[in-house]
Amino acid sequence: MAKLRGRGYASVNYPTGMNLGGDPSQALIHATTTGTFVISLSSVDLGQGIKTIAAQCAAETLGLPIENVLVDTADTDTGPHCMGTFASRGTHRVGNAVIMAAAEARGVMLEVAAEELEVDAADLETDGTGFIRLKGAQEKAIHITDLALAAHFKHGRTISGRGIYLKEPSAPVPETGEMDPDSCQAHACTAAVVEVDDETGVVEVLELYNAYEIGRALNPAMATQQVEGGAWMGVSHALFETTEPYYPSRDHGPHDFAGYLMPGPADIPVQHSLFLERPAGNGPYGAKGIGEMTANAPIPAIANAIFDACGVRLESMPFTPERVLRGLDALRDT
Amino acid sequence: MTYRLAPIDTSTFAAERAAAAAGRGVDGGDFTVIGSVVQRSDARGHVTGRTEFFEDVLPPRLAHLKMHRSARHHARILDVDLTEALAVPGVLRILTHADIPNNLYTPLKLIGVGPDDEPILAVDKVRYLGEPICAVVAETEAAALEGAARIRVAYEDLPPVFDVEEALKEGAPLVNEYHGQNHFIYEGHHCRRIRFGDVAEAFARADHVFEWRYQSAPIEQAPAETTGCVVVPQADGRLRIHSDTQACFFTLDNTALILNTPFNKLRIVGGTVGGGFGGKVDVVVEPVACVAAMAADRPVRFVYDRAEEMQVSSPRAAERIYIKDAVMDDGRIIGRKATLYVDAGAYARHSPYGTTKAAAHLPGPYAIPNVWADCHCVFTNRTPSSAMRGFGVTIADFALESQMDRIARALDLDPLRLRLLNAYRDGDLKAHRKVAEGTALVEVIQKAAELAGHELPEAYRRMSSTTREGL
Repeated sequence: MAKLRGRGYASVNYPTGMNLGGDPSQALIHATTTGTFVISLSSVDLGQGIKTIAAQCAAETLGLPIENVLVDTADTDTGPHCMGTFASRGTHRVGNAVIMAAAEARGVMLEVAAEELEVDAADLETDGTGFIRLKGAQEKAIHITDLALAAHFKHGRTISGRGIYLKEPSAPVPETGEMDPDSCQAHACTAAVVEVDDETGVVEVLELYNAYEIGRALNPAMATQQVEGGAWMGVSHALFETTEPYYPSRDHGPHDFAGYLMPGPADIPVQHSLFLERPAGNGPYGAKGIGEMTANAPIPAIANAIFDACGVRLESMPFTPERVLRGLDALRDT
Repeated sequence: MTYRLAPIDTSTFAAERAAAAAGRGVDGGDFTVIGSVVQRSDARGHVTGRTEFFEDVLPPRLAHLKMHRSARHHARILDVDLTEALAVPGVLRILTHADIPNNLYTPLKLIGVGPDDEPILAVDKVRYLGEPICAVVAETEAAALEGAARIRVAYEDLPPVFDVEEALKEGAPLVNEYHGQNHFIYEGHHCRRIRFGDVAEAFARADHVFEWRYQSAPIEQAPAETTGCVVVPQADGRLRIHSDTQACFFTLDNTALILNTPFNKLRIVGGTVGGGFGGKVDVVVEPVACVAAMAADRPVRFVYDRAEEMQVSSPRAAERIYIKDAVMDDGRIIGRKATLYVDAGAYARHSPYGTTKAAAHLPGPYAIPNVWADCHCVFTNRTPSSAMRGFGVTIADFALESQMDRIARALDLDPLRLRLLNAYRDGDLKAHRKVAEGTALVEVIQKAAELAGHELPEAYRRMSSTTREGL
């Protein structure tokens, strides 16, 4: 009886946006008289962080600190339409809509600042700390708080903007499947190291080496959380999860987490992750959708590592101890 | 505050990274906020327990809804007896299909995909174990559960079918009369097709032909927060729906169609959700909770318990995939034929969409000149499957990448070199006839090899997504 070690690989791509497009999202933005900008959305944050990403996109476009941006989302009475949070679309669609809205608001902001400072709007810049200033003349500047007050009470202007992103719908050709399904593709490659116990059939994933190409990491900490959490889910799918363990039989379906197993802290492999950035021309600051992709490559990488370890080719998910042991038995019989 | 950060490789695609950043930020220089760590806006609330989720909405006179569900896989409903259930103290109302204004789920109606094929509450037949038949509205959750348990349904069993290929055979039990056959029809075709090049010619000319089969089983989204909503009737006659939906307007539009009410009678409030993973895309709790709130003229809460979330809520579809490849001695794949079956369960939900997404994904991230795919969306007598993280792609990747490993081993080739040789590059025409751009499969393979200490020969290290070098 032995613990057998093996290594397996998998490389994948993943489309950004609802398949075939036709999935718009809108954003509205306006400055209050305090110089705070409110982004109105109806997008849902499932924990992936769209509220944070929307604020970052707006702050970058406006040229203001992120503390000057608030996100008000997911009330259908006040937020403009969003198709929803799925299909790795949130950052791409909502990010683009926010950038478009913020760009319009920035234009008004600079126009009003030009009037206040009696200069040409084209000669103004934002410094990222809250000031709009004349290029090359640091002292000629106005803070956004003063500017927003002046815009409202003195100039009668709203500093606001509207944004939408739509990838126009594509219809597949029924005979050939010709279609335009995606906005861009993200990429990942996983090397998995596993240990198979040939007595119990238990597979332990020891290490994952992951390279991800994601267009642009808009928020490197949240991107790290997303890829590591996704890889965990891949491990979970590979080794543990199903609601029908003897599919297509409907028997033995779990009803709680005592029967539906997922990896606990002791089951989590060491993850070595690396980002590559090949910016997408249509992505917000080049970003691609990575929400779904990161669970995918670990599953076949683990299957291939199990084969490398013990010679058992698992064609059915999940890779339970029972399946591993039956595979080992079959090898001994031949 | 310190954060765990995966490093960003700035040397690969350096020119494209710089070009995309040019003109951004202060003085046209670097980004100021993009690419920086900003704390997740709701992190502090989540870890301190201060975040408000829909279940924290506790209006006065809140009533509770629980379902009586099918105890059979496939059966005619002969009789539903509510007598005992209505006698349970605290039970306010019991809804049946007759109470639902438009008793049909319409998830894909708004994007023009039909037919409507699923009742909100079962009418004369149940098609899967756990299908909702009656909704019990009560003063307390316990009374609602007790009422649901005391409903008596008389069934006449019908033969069920659970296997996708069995379901497609002549004479198989018909799962869903709305469709009339056990598969979805794609513009006159029995499946979603990909036809690219000439696979027959490729198989005839190949040095090797490999064919294997892959199978997955349904997988639960398993969010920490189960699917649910709280519906609060408003003084002006509107309904305010606090929901953990992944798509507020999708929920609003579909609920209005089922209630047969103007869209602006409804207001969805959501946006902070305890995990979705696709499980909260289908609109399954809000419509019946709205009917209950209107019938009882009280706020109503309908939340799945964990068992419902695991066995009734739509999971990731099981898939069966056959892949047959035409391969040359040097590892070049010249043809790939894939037959894919998505087990939709008893109703379509988003499975017709997911099946098309699977077709668009084939033959994987490789430049294969001849591709044939038949992707079937099949109905069986099980819980309807629907959206889940990567559906249409995740299981296909398990099959495709297992296939690549097996080809490499059969030909005694390095598994990463085999992939690099076949990887798609900018300018390649995909099987769905879109020209590939922005590709980076070559680079992620090279970087993963470096990370894992897997040596690649110089010729493979020099390959690029933007050139044909080494091919």
